[in-house]
Amino acid sequence: MPLTYALLVLAAPASGHASLTAARFARALLARGHSLQRVFFLDDGTLTGLASAVTPQDEQAPLQQWVALAESQQTELILCISSALKRGLLDSAEASRHERPAATIHPAFELGGLGLLVESTQTADRLVTFG
Amino acid sequence: MTAPAAAGRKSILVVNRHAHPGSSLPRSALDTALAAAAFDQPVALLFLGEGVLQLLPAQDSRPAGVRNLRKVLDSLPLYEIETVYVDAAAAATFGLEGEALPPQAECLDAAGIRELLVRHDHVLGF
Repeated sequence: MPLTYALLVLAAPASGHASLTAARFARALLARGHSLQRVFFLDDGTLTGLASAVTPQDEQAPLQQWVALAESQQTELILCISSALKRGLLDSAEASRHERPAATIHPAFELGGLGLLVESTQTADRLVTFG
Repeated sequence: MTAPAAAGRKSILVVNRHAHPGSSLPRSALDTALAAAAFDQPVALLFLGEGVLQLLPAQDSRPAGVRNLRKVLDSLPLYEIETVYVDAAAAATFGLEGEALPPQAECLDAAGIRELLVRHDHVLGF
């Protein structure tokens, strides 16, 4: 039976393998015919959306894996807005509101409130945490 | 124990495994629980392992320069989160017993924790 999944990512992209594992899990569930409604990045997980991250060429870049997922599957990538702002992750609206010099998040990501995570607990069959 | 899901709503268990203030996860876990409660979703908190240290009484986190989470925990009944579940073995290990725990704490042994994990629709591990 195909299920609707949502993921909660708490781990920072450059600390250990949790972010890459989450992206692999996302591809695996899609390959099995399930759907992935939303990935909610919270706490240090919001660093995943930093557009300027440069990963060494011989390592897998978490950012590119998530962006590919958003582009090919229309999966929503949401950065918790309060976690994100604290860590300097801003879209252009927040950058101008807080008078910061530039937007820093990749356009495949959106800022959103915890209400979207709560919504996923009600609409997804499975919500899996990676931390 | 309180009944989890009201009809048609999925219940959420927020599991706290890290001590405050050494990690930002406890704050994120509490924010998540409060958001769920604000949207009238059935939510419970479980403090597991080192996470029980979040419940230490008379915390003063000002010297560390971070917010005092115990104050937020004490406000949970205002959000209709009436019970917080506590890993009894960890609480004993860290000497947290009796009046040191918040009044709404309910201590669970391993079987009780297992039962709690099973009867919630979603388990969010922080």
